[in-house]
Amino acid sequence: MINYQNVRNENINIEIKLLLEAIYLKYGHDFRNYSPAHLKRRILHRLMLSDIKSISEMQYKVLHDPEFMREILTDFSINVTEMFRDPLFYKTMRREVLPVLKTYPYIKIWHAGCSTGEEVYSMAILLEEEGLLDKSLIYATDYNETVLKVAKKAEYTNENLKAYQKNYEKSGGRRKLADYYTEKNAMIKFDPRFRKRIVFSEHNLVTDKAFAEVHMIICRNVLIYFNRELQNRVIKLFHDSLMKGGVLGVGSKESVDFSRYGKAFEYINKNQKIYIKKYSHDE
Amino acid sequence: MMPDYEIVVVGASAGGMHALKEILSNLDRDFAFPVVVVQHLAPDSENYLVQYLDEYSSLSVKEASEKQRILPYHVYLAPPNYHLLIEEDKTFSLTVSEKVNFSRPSIDVLFETAVLAYQNRIIGLLLTGASQDGAKGMQMLHATKGLTIVQDPDNAFVPVMPKAAIELVPVDYKLTLEEIAPFLNTLSRARTRRKKQKR
Repeated sequence: MINYQNVRNENINIEIKLLLEAIYLKYGHDFRNYSPAHLKRRILHRLMLSDIKSISEMQYKVLHDPEFMREILTDFSINVTEMFRDPLFYKTMRREVLPVLKTYPYIKIWHAGCSTGEEVYSMAILLEEEGLLDKSLIYATDYNETVLKVAKKAEYTNENLKAYQKNYEKSGGRRKLADYYTEKNAMIKFDPRFRKRIVFSEHNLVTDKAFAEVHMIICRNVLIYFNRELQNRVIKLFHDSLMKGGVLGVGSKESVDFSRYGKAFEYINKNQKIYIKKYSHDE
Repeated sequence: MMPDYEIVVVGASAGGMHALKEILSNLDRDFAFPVVVVQHLAPDSENYLVQYLDEYSSLSVKEASEKQRILPYHVYLAPPNYHLLIEEDKTFSLTVSEKVNFSRPSIDVLFETAVLAYQNRIIGLLLTGASQDGAKGMQMLHATKGLTIVQDPDNAFVPVMPKAAIELVPVDYKLTLEEIAPFLNTLSRARTRRKKQKR
Protein backbone atom coordinates (compact mmCIF):
# COMPACT_ATOMS: atom_id res chain seq x y z
CA MET A 1 0.00 0.00 0.00
CA ILE A 2 1.06 3.54 -0.67
CA ASN A 3 2.84 5.42 2.05
CA TYR A 4 0.19 7.91 3.13
CA GLN A 5 2.54 10.31 4.82
CA ASN A 6 4.01 11.03 1.44
CA VAL A 7 0.77 11.36 -0.40
CA ARG A 8 0.33 15.03 0.32
CA ASN A 9 3.94 15.76 -0.24
CA GLU A 10 4.17 18.11 -3.19
CA ASN A 11 7.74 16.92 -3.65
CA ILE A 12 6.42 13.68 -5.10
CA ASN A 13 5.06 15.42 -8.16
CA ILE A 14 8.36 17.23 -8.67
CA GLU A 15 10.31 14.01 -8.25
CA ILE A 16 8.09 12.21 -10.74
CA LYS A 17 8.59 14.99 -13.26
CA LEU A 18 12.36 14.69 -12.86
CA LEU A 19 12.23 10.91 -13.14
CA LEU A 20 10.31 11.11 -16.41
CA GLU A 21 12.74 13.72 -17.71
CA ALA A 22 15.68 11.48 -16.81
CA ILE A 23 14.10 8.49 -18.56
CA TYR A 24 13.53 10.60 -21.65
CA LEU A 25 17.03 12.08 -21.75
CA LYS A 26 18.77 8.78 -21.12
CA TYR A 27 16.62 6.27 -23.01
CA GLY A 28 14.40 8.34 -25.32
CA HIS A 29 11.18 6.91 -23.91
CA ASP A 30 8.91 9.89 -23.47
CA PHE A 31 6.30 9.54 -20.74
CA ARG A 32 6.12 13.26 -20.05
CA ASN A 33 2.74 13.61 -21.72
CA TYR A 34 1.10 10.58 -20.21
CA SER A 35 -1.90 11.00 -17.94
CA PRO A 36 -0.27 11.41 -14.52
CA ALA A 37 -2.53 9.33 -12.24
CA HIS A 38 -1.69 6.03 -13.89
CA LEU A 39 2.07 6.68 -13.88
CA LYS A 40 2.00 7.89 -10.29
CA ARG A 41 0.23 4.73 -9.13
CA ARG A 42 2.79 2.60 -10.95
CA ILE A 43 5.76 4.53 -9.61
CA LEU A 44 4.51 4.46 -6.01
CA HIS A 45 3.79 0.74 -6.25
CA ARG A 46 7.27 0.03 -7.64
CA LEU A 47 8.67 2.11 -4.79
CA MET A 48 6.90 -0.04 -2.23
CA LEU A 49 7.95 -3.30 -3.85
CA SER A 50 11.61 -2.36 -3.96
CA ASP A 51 14.04 -1.33 -1.25
CA ILE A 52 14.35 2.10 -2.80
CA LYS A 53 13.48 4.90 -0.41
CA SER A 54 12.45 7.72 -2.68
CA ILE A 55 11.59 8.55 -6.26
CA SER A 56 14.80 10.55 -6.48
CA GLU A 57 16.72 7.41 -5.62
CA MET A 58 14.70 5.64 -8.27
CA GLN A 59 15.85 8.25 -10.75
CA TYR A 60 19.48 7.52 -9.86
CA LYS A 61 18.89 3.81 -10.32
CA VAL A 62 17.15 4.30 -13.65
CA LEU A 63 20.11 6.30 -14.95
CA HIS A 64 22.72 3.79 -13.85
CA ASP A 65 20.97 0.45 -14.18
CA PRO A 66 19.44 -0.38 -17.59
CA GLU A 67 18.02 -3.61 -16.17
CA PHE A 68 16.00 -1.58 -13.67
CA MET A 69 14.87 0.64 -16.53
CA ARG A 70 13.42 -2.42 -18.26
CA GLU A 71 11.39 -3.14 -15.14
CA ILE A 72 10.08 0.40 -15.09
CA LEU A 73 9.15 0.16 -18.76
CA THR A 74 7.14 -2.94 -18.04
CA ASP A 75 5.50 -1.18 -15.08
CA PHE A 76 4.48 1.72 -17.26
CA SER A 77 3.19 -0.21 -20.21
CA ILE A 78 -0.11 -2.01 -20.07
CA ASN A 79 0.17 -5.51 -21.29
CA VAL A 80 -3.29 -6.72 -20.52
CA THR A 81 -4.64 -8.21 -23.71
CA GLU A 82 -6.48 -11.27 -24.98
CA MET A 83 -7.45 -13.02 -28.19
CA PHE A 84 -10.42 -11.30 -29.85
CA ARG A 85 -10.71 -8.80 -27.04
CA ASP A 86 -14.07 -7.02 -27.37
CA PRO A 87 -15.51 -9.61 -29.78
CA LEU A 88 -18.04 -7.15 -31.21
CA PHE A 89 -15.16 -5.08 -32.53
CA TYR A 90 -13.99 -8.07 -34.56
CA LYS A 91 -17.52 -8.90 -35.63
CA THR A 92 -17.88 -5.38 -36.98
CA MET A 93 -14.50 -5.70 -38.71
CA ARG A 94 -15.73 -8.89 -40.35
CA ARG A 95 -19.09 -7.53 -41.42
CA GLU A 96 -18.48 -3.90 -42.21
CA VAL A 97 -14.78 -3.24 -42.71
CA LEU A 98 -13.10 -6.20 -44.41
CA PRO A 99 -15.63 -6.16 -47.29
CA VAL A 100 -14.38 -2.65 -48.04
CA LEU A 101 -10.70 -3.59 -47.76
CA LYS A 102 -11.34 -6.61 -50.00
CA THR A 103 -11.51 -4.31 -53.02
CA TYR A 104 -7.79 -3.42 -52.76
CA PRO A 105 -5.16 -5.56 -54.55
CA TYR A 106 -3.18 -5.78 -51.29
CA ILE A 107 -3.84 -4.65 -47.74
CA LYS A 108 -1.38 -3.02 -45.37
CA ILE A 109 -2.41 -2.84 -41.72
CA TRP A 110 -0.59 -1.09 -38.90
CA HIS A 111 -1.36 -2.38 -35.44
CA ALA A 112 0.12 0.23 -33.09
CA GLY A 113 0.70 -0.72 -29.46
CA CYS A 114 0.38 -4.43 -30.18
CA SER A 115 1.76 -5.58 -26.81
CA THR A 116 2.25 -9.36 -26.68
CA GLY A 117 0.44 -9.85 -29.98
CA GLU A 118 -2.77 -11.71 -29.13
CA GLU A 119 -4.92 -9.17 -30.93
CA VAL A 120 -2.60 -9.20 -33.95
CA TYR A 121 -3.00 -12.96 -34.38
CA SER A 122 -6.75 -12.47 -33.89
CA MET A 123 -6.78 -10.08 -36.82
CA ALA A 124 -4.68 -12.47 -38.90
CA ILE A 125 -7.20 -15.25 -38.26
CA LEU A 126 -10.02 -12.92 -39.22
CA LEU A 127 -8.22 -12.03 -42.46
CA GLU A 128 -7.73 -15.68 -43.30
CA GLU A 129 -11.38 -16.51 -42.70
CA GLU A 130 -12.40 -13.68 -44.99
CA GLY A 131 -9.97 -14.87 -47.65
CA LEU A 132 -7.64 -11.89 -47.31
CA LEU A 133 -4.60 -13.15 -45.44
CA ASP A 134 -2.50 -13.91 -48.51
CA LYS A 135 -2.70 -10.35 -49.75
CA SER A 136 -2.32 -8.76 -46.35
CA LEU A 137 0.65 -7.55 -44.38
CA ILE A 138 0.35 -6.46 -40.74
CA TYR A 139 2.96 -4.14 -39.26
CA ALA A 140 2.66 -4.69 -35.53
CA THR A 141 4.56 -2.25 -33.35
CA ASP A 142 5.18 -1.51 -29.71
CA TYR A 143 7.78 0.56 -27.86
CA ASN A 144 8.54 -2.25 -25.45
CA GLU A 145 10.98 -4.81 -26.84
CA THR A 146 10.16 -7.28 -24.07
CA VAL A 147 6.53 -7.68 -25.19
CA LEU A 148 7.56 -7.81 -28.86
CA LYS A 149 9.76 -10.81 -28.10
CA VAL A 150 6.69 -12.65 -26.82
CA ALA A 151 4.62 -11.55 -29.81
CA LYS A 152 7.22 -12.79 -32.29
CA LYS A 153 7.22 -16.28 -30.81
CA ALA A 154 3.44 -16.65 -31.32
CA GLU A 155 3.37 -18.82 -28.20
CA TYR A 156 0.98 -18.35 -25.29
CA THR A 157 -0.05 -20.25 -22.19
CA ASN A 158 -3.23 -22.23 -22.57
CA GLU A 159 -4.78 -20.99 -19.32
CA ASN A 160 -7.14 -18.52 -21.00
CA LEU A 161 -8.15 -20.75 -23.89
CA LYS A 162 -11.76 -21.07 -22.80
CA ALA A 163 -12.24 -17.33 -22.70
CA TYR A 164 -10.45 -16.98 -26.05
CA GLN A 165 -12.65 -19.62 -27.64
CA LYS A 166 -15.74 -17.84 -26.34
CA ASN A 167 -14.51 -14.49 -27.64
CA TYR A 168 -13.75 -16.08 -31.01
CA GLU A 169 -17.28 -17.46 -31.26
CA LYS A 170 -18.82 -14.13 -30.29
CA SER A 171 -16.72 -12.43 -32.95
CA GLY A 172 -18.47 -14.53 -35.57
CA GLY A 173 -15.66 -17.08 -35.93
CA ARG A 174 -16.36 -19.56 -38.71
CA ARG A 175 -14.43 -22.54 -37.35
CA LYS A 176 -12.83 -23.52 -34.04
CA LEU A 177 -9.99 -21.51 -32.60
CA ALA A 178 -8.15 -24.80 -32.09
CA ASP A 179 -7.84 -25.11 -35.88
CA TYR A 180 -5.24 -22.35 -35.80
CA TYR A 181 -2.77 -23.47 -33.16
CA THR A 182 -0.96 -26.53 -31.84
CA GLU A 183 -0.95 -27.26 -28.15
CA LYS A 184 2.07 -28.64 -26.28
CA ASN A 185 3.22 -28.46 -22.64
CA ALA A 186 0.41 -26.13 -21.59
CA MET A 187 1.39 -23.75 -24.38
CA ILE A 188 -0.31 -22.98 -27.65
CA LYS A 189 1.53 -21.88 -30.76
CA PHE A 190 -0.13 -20.23 -33.71
CA ASP A 191 0.45 -21.65 -37.15
CA PRO A 192 3.49 -20.10 -38.91
CA ARG A 193 1.35 -19.02 -41.85
CA PHE A 194 0.03 -16.18 -39.66
CA ARG A 195 3.47 -15.14 -38.43
CA LYS A 196 4.59 -14.87 -42.07
CA ARG A 197 2.10 -12.10 -42.72
CA ILE A 198 3.16 -10.05 -39.67
CA VAL A 199 6.19 -7.79 -39.28
CA PHE A 200 6.85 -6.98 -35.63
CA SER A 201 9.00 -3.96 -34.90
CA GLU A 202 9.82 -1.37 -32.29
CA HIS A 203 8.05 1.91 -32.82
CA ASN A 204 7.28 4.62 -30.32
CA LEU A 205 4.11 6.58 -31.01
CA VAL A 206 5.33 9.44 -28.88
CA THR A 207 8.74 10.01 -30.43
CA ASP A 208 8.78 8.26 -33.81
CA LYS A 209 7.52 9.54 -37.13
CA ALA A 210 4.67 8.46 -39.42
CA PHE A 211 4.91 4.83 -40.29
CA ALA A 212 3.98 4.04 -43.87
CA GLU A 213 0.91 4.59 -45.98
CA VAL A 214 -1.45 1.91 -44.81
CA HIS A 215 -5.06 0.87 -45.46
CA MET A 216 -5.96 0.36 -41.82
CA ILE A 217 -4.62 1.34 -38.41
CA ILE A 218 -5.62 -0.49 -35.26
CA CYS A 219 -4.65 1.18 -32.00
CA ARG A 220 -6.83 0.19 -29.11
CA ASN A 221 -6.57 1.32 -25.50
CA VAL A 222 -3.38 3.27 -26.05
CA LEU A 223 -4.70 6.81 -26.43
CA ILE A 224 -6.38 6.65 -23.02
CA TYR A 225 -2.94 6.85 -21.38
CA PHE A 226 -2.01 10.10 -23.12
CA ASN A 227 -2.88 13.68 -22.29
CA ARG A 228 -4.86 15.69 -24.83
CA GLU A 229 -1.81 17.26 -26.42
CA LEU A 230 -0.18 13.91 -27.05
CA GLN A 231 -3.44 12.34 -28.18
CA ASN A 232 -3.73 15.08 -30.73
CA ARG A 233 -0.18 14.49 -31.99
CA VAL A 234 -0.75 10.75 -32.29
CA ILE A 235 -4.05 11.23 -34.12
CA LYS A 236 -2.17 13.44 -36.59
CA LEU A 237 0.39 10.66 -36.97
CA PHE A 238 -2.42 8.23 -37.77
CA HIS A 239 -3.95 10.72 -40.17
CA ASP A 240 -0.63 11.08 -41.99
CA SER A 241 -0.03 7.32 -42.10
CA LEU A 242 -3.45 6.40 -43.52
CA MET A 243 -4.39 6.53 -47.16
CA LYS A 244 -7.62 8.30 -48.05
CA GLY A 245 -10.53 5.98 -47.40
CA GLY A 246 -8.36 4.10 -44.89
CA VAL A 247 -9.77 2.72 -41.67
CA LEU A 248 -8.90 3.63 -38.06
CA GLY A 249 -10.01 1.46 -35.15
CA VAL A 250 -9.50 2.75 -31.59
CA GLY A 251 -10.58 1.47 -28.17
CA SER A 252 -14.22 1.48 -27.15
CA LYS A 253 -13.69 4.39 -24.73
CA GLU A 254 -11.44 6.35 -27.07
CA SER A 255 -12.31 8.84 -29.76
CA VAL A 256 -10.72 11.23 -32.25
CA ASP A 257 -13.70 13.57 -32.22
CA PHE A 258 -12.12 16.17 -29.92
CA SER A 259 -9.03 16.46 -32.11
CA ARG A 260 -8.22 19.01 -34.78
CA TYR A 261 -7.78 16.05 -37.11
CA GLY A 262 -11.08 14.55 -35.98
CA LYS A 263 -12.82 16.31 -38.86
CA ALA A 264 -10.82 14.25 -41.31
CA PHE A 265 -12.54 11.10 -40.06
CA GLU A 266 -16.09 9.85 -40.02
CA TYR A 267 -17.58 6.84 -38.32
CA ILE A 268 -18.08 3.51 -40.02
CA ASN A 269 -19.40 2.19 -36.72
CA LYS A 270 -19.75 4.52 -33.79
CA ASN A 271 -20.26 1.87 -31.09
CA GLN A 272 -17.07 0.06 -32.04
CA LYS A 273 -15.15 3.30 -32.63
CA ILE A 274 -14.20 2.45 -36.19
CA TYR A 275 -13.55 5.43 -38.46
CA ILE A 276 -12.80 5.99 -42.10
CA LYS A 277 -10.47 8.73 -43.27
CA LYS A 278 -12.50 10.96 -45.57
CA TYR A 279 -11.47 11.41 -49.19
CA SER A 280 -11.56 15.16 -48.81
CA HIS A 281 -11.99 17.54 -45.94
CA ASP A 282 -11.33 21.13 -45.05
CA GLU A 283 -8.40 21.59 -42.71
CA MET B 1 -13.83 21.58 12.16
CA MET B 2 -15.30 19.53 9.35
CA PRO B 3 -13.13 19.67 6.22
CA ASP B 4 -14.66 21.15 3.13
CA TYR B 5 -15.64 17.96 1.36
CA GLU B 6 -15.58 18.10 -2.41
CA ILE B 7 -16.49 14.67 -3.67
CA VAL B 8 -18.22 11.40 -2.79
CA VAL B 9 -16.59 8.17 -3.97
CA VAL B 10 -18.64 5.00 -3.78
CA GLY B 11 -17.74 1.32 -4.08
CA ALA B 12 -20.34 -1.39 -4.56
CA SER B 13 -20.33 -5.02 -5.62
CA ALA B 14 -22.89 -7.84 -5.23
CA GLY B 15 -26.26 -6.29 -4.38
CA GLY B 16 -25.00 -2.87 -5.35
CA MET B 17 -27.58 -2.15 -7.98
CA HIS B 18 -30.40 -2.02 -5.45
CA ALA B 19 -28.31 -0.15 -2.90
CA LEU B 20 -27.23 2.47 -5.44
CA LYS B 21 -30.81 2.95 -6.60
CA GLU B 22 -31.94 3.48 -3.00
CA ILE B 23 -29.21 6.05 -2.33
CA LEU B 24 -29.17 7.93 -5.63
CA SER B 25 -32.95 8.26 -5.77
CA ASN B 26 -32.92 9.94 -2.36
CA LEU B 27 -30.13 12.45 -2.85
CA ASP B 28 -31.14 16.12 -3.04
CA ARG B 29 -31.77 17.56 -6.47
CA ASP B 30 -29.03 20.11 -5.75
CA PHE B 31 -26.66 17.64 -4.11
CA ALA B 32 -23.45 19.63 -3.89
CA PHE B 33 -20.82 16.93 -4.46
CA PRO B 34 -19.98 14.98 -7.55
CA VAL B 35 -20.59 11.27 -6.93
CA VAL B 36 -18.17 8.79 -8.49
CA VAL B 37 -19.14 5.14 -8.40
CA VAL B 38 -17.37 1.86 -9.03
CA GLN B 39 -19.89 -0.94 -9.25
CA HIS B 40 -18.38 -4.35 -10.07
CA LEU B 41 -19.89 -5.61 -13.31
CA ALA B 42 -19.31 -8.40 -15.77
CA PRO B 43 -16.67 -7.18 -18.25
CA ASP B 44 -18.95 -7.52 -21.24
CA SER B 45 -22.07 -6.08 -19.64
CA GLU B 46 -23.74 -3.34 -21.58
CA ASN B 47 -23.77 -0.46 -19.19
CA TYR B 48 -27.54 -0.33 -18.78
CA LEU B 49 -26.98 0.32 -15.08
CA VAL B 50 -26.31 3.95 -16.02
CA GLN B 51 -29.69 4.25 -17.71
CA TYR B 52 -31.42 2.47 -14.87
CA LEU B 53 -29.97 4.71 -12.17
CA ASP B 54 -30.46 7.84 -14.25
CA GLU B 55 -34.18 7.12 -14.33
CA TYR B 56 -34.37 6.98 -10.56
CA SER B 57 -32.07 9.85 -9.66
CA SER B 58 -32.75 13.56 -9.95
CA LEU B 59 -29.03 13.99 -10.57
CA SER B 60 -27.53 13.36 -13.98
CA VAL B 61 -26.09 9.82 -14.05
CA LYS B 62 -23.45 9.20 -16.70
CA GLU B 63 -20.72 6.75 -17.60
CA ALA B 64 -17.39 8.38 -16.79
CA SER B 65 -15.30 9.10 -19.87
CA GLU B 66 -11.61 9.85 -20.07
CA LYS B 67 -10.54 13.52 -19.67
CA GLN B 68 -14.05 14.42 -18.52
CA ARG B 69 -14.19 17.19 -15.92
CA ILE B 70 -15.74 16.14 -12.62
CA LEU B 71 -18.73 18.34 -11.80
CA PRO B 72 -21.23 18.65 -8.96
CA TYR B 73 -24.84 17.52 -9.57
CA HIS B 74 -23.45 14.60 -11.54
CA VAL B 75 -23.09 10.91 -10.80
CA TYR B 76 -20.35 9.12 -12.72
CA LEU B 77 -20.12 5.36 -13.08
CA ALA B 78 -16.97 3.50 -14.06
CA PRO B 79 -17.38 1.75 -17.43
CA PRO B 80 -17.24 -2.07 -17.29
CA ASN B 81 -13.77 -3.55 -17.77
CA TYR B 82 -11.88 -0.27 -17.21
CA HIS B 83 -10.26 1.09 -14.07
CA LEU B 84 -11.49 4.58 -13.26
CA LEU B 85 -8.82 6.98 -11.99
CA ILE B 86 -9.10 10.56 -10.82
CA GLU B 87 -6.42 12.99 -11.98
CA GLU B 88 -5.15 15.81 -9.81
CA ASP B 89 -6.72 18.32 -12.21
CA LYS B 90 -10.10 16.77 -11.27
CA THR B 91 -10.67 14.92 -14.51
CA PHE B 92 -11.06 11.20 -15.17
CA SER B 93 -8.64 8.71 -16.66
CA LEU B 94 -9.42 5.17 -17.74
CA THR B 95 -6.98 2.28 -17.89
CA VAL B 96 -7.14 -1.39 -18.77
CA SER B 97 -4.27 -2.39 -16.50
CA GLU B 98 -4.33 -5.62 -14.47
CA LYS B 99 -7.28 -6.42 -12.30
CA VAL B 100 -6.97 -5.35 -8.68
CA ASN B 101 -8.69 -7.60 -6.12
CA PHE B 102 -9.90 -9.65 -9.11
CA SER B 103 -11.78 -6.59 -10.27
CA ARG B 104 -11.70 -4.10 -13.11
CA PRO B 105 -12.92 -1.52 -12.34
CA SER B 106 -11.46 -1.70 -8.86
CA ILE B 107 -12.77 0.32 -5.94
CA ASP B 108 -9.27 0.57 -4.44
CA VAL B 109 -7.90 2.14 -7.61
CA LEU B 110 -10.63 4.79 -7.61
CA PHE B 111 -10.22 5.53 -3.89
CA GLU B 112 -6.42 5.58 -4.06
CA THR B 113 -6.32 8.11 -6.90
CA ALA B 114 -9.17 10.12 -5.33
CA VAL B 115 -7.01 10.56 -2.24
CA LEU B 116 -4.08 11.74 -4.37
CA ALA B 117 -6.35 14.30 -6.03
CA TYR B 118 -8.56 15.47 -3.15
CA GLN B 119 -6.53 14.57 -0.01
CA ASN B 120 -8.89 14.74 2.99
CA ARG B 121 -11.74 16.45 1.18
CA ILE B 122 -13.37 13.12 0.31
CA ILE B 123 -16.38 11.23 1.51
CA GLY B 124 -15.79 7.52 0.91
CA LEU B 125 -18.72 5.12 0.93
CA LEU B 126 -18.43 1.35 0.75
CA LEU B 127 -21.58 -0.69 0.16
CA THR B 128 -22.70 -4.29 -0.08
CA GLY B 129 -20.45 -6.86 -1.76
CA ALA B 130 -18.73 -10.23 -1.64
CA SER B 131 -15.30 -8.77 -2.36
CA GLN B 132 -12.30 -7.45 -0.42
CA ASP B 133 -12.06 -4.56 -2.85
CA GLY B 134 -12.31 -1.12 -1.28
CA ALA B 135 -10.95 -2.03 2.15
CA LYS B 136 -7.44 -0.73 1.40
CA GLY B 137 -8.93 2.31 -0.25
CA MET B 138 -10.91 3.02 2.91
CA GLN B 139 -7.75 2.56 4.94
CA MET B 140 -5.99 5.12 2.80
CA LEU B 141 -8.94 7.52 3.05
CA HIS B 142 -8.92 7.13 6.80
CA ALA B 143 -5.17 7.73 7.02
CA THR B 144 -5.48 10.99 5.11
CA LYS B 145 -8.47 11.96 7.28
CA GLY B 146 -11.18 11.69 4.66
CA LEU B 147 -14.62 10.66 5.87
CA THR B 148 -15.23 6.91 5.83
CA ILE B 149 -18.74 5.46 5.70
CA VAL B 150 -19.71 1.83 5.25
CA GLN B 151 -23.07 0.21 4.87
CA ASP B 152 -23.79 -1.61 8.12
CA PRO B 153 -22.88 -5.25 7.36
CA ASP B 154 -25.99 -6.43 9.24
CA ASN B 155 -28.04 -4.40 6.82
CA ALA B 156 -26.07 -5.22 3.66
CA PHE B 157 -27.25 -7.69 1.02
CA VAL B 158 -23.77 -9.23 1.17
CA PRO B 159 -21.78 -8.15 4.27
CA VAL B 160 -18.26 -9.26 3.18
CA MET B 161 -17.10 -6.00 1.63
CA PRO B 162 -18.11 -3.52 4.36
CA LYS B 163 -16.91 -6.04 6.94
CA ALA B 164 -13.46 -6.22 5.33
CA ALA B 165 -13.16 -2.45 5.63
CA ILE B 166 -14.29 -2.42 9.25
CA GLU B 167 -11.70 -5.06 10.11
CA LEU B 168 -8.95 -2.95 8.57
CA VAL B 169 -9.87 0.50 9.78
CA PRO B 170 -12.06 2.21 12.40
CA VAL B 171 -14.58 3.68 9.98
CA ASP B 172 -16.32 6.93 10.90
CA TYR B 173 -19.89 5.76 10.25
CA LYS B 174 -21.76 2.49 9.88
CA LEU B 175 -25.15 3.29 8.38
CA THR B 176 -28.11 1.32 7.15
CA LEU B 177 -29.07 1.76 3.53
CA GLU B 178 -31.99 3.97 4.52
CA GLU B 179 -29.75 6.26 6.56
CA ILE B 180 -27.10 6.87 3.92
CA ALA B 181 -28.80 9.34 1.55
CA PRO B 182 -30.21 11.56 4.35
CA PHE B 183 -26.76 11.64 5.96
CA LEU B 184 -25.09 12.63 2.69
CA ASN B 185 -27.77 15.26 2.11
CA THR B 186 -26.92 16.79 5.50
CA LEU B 187 -23.26 17.12 4.46
CA SER B 188 -24.26 18.55 1.11
CA ARG B 189 -26.54 21.17 2.69
CA ALA B 190 -23.80 22.14 5.14
CA ARG B 191 -21.49 22.75 2.20
CA THR B 192 -24.07 24.79 0.34
CA ARG B 193 -24.61 26.93 3.46
CA ARG B 194 -20.89 27.49 3.92
CA LYS B 195 -20.54 28.53 0.30
CA LYS B 196 -23.33 31.08 0.69
CA GLN B 197 -21.72 32.50 3.83
CA LYS B 198 -18.42 32.91 2.02
CA ARG B 199 -20.18 34.96 -0.63
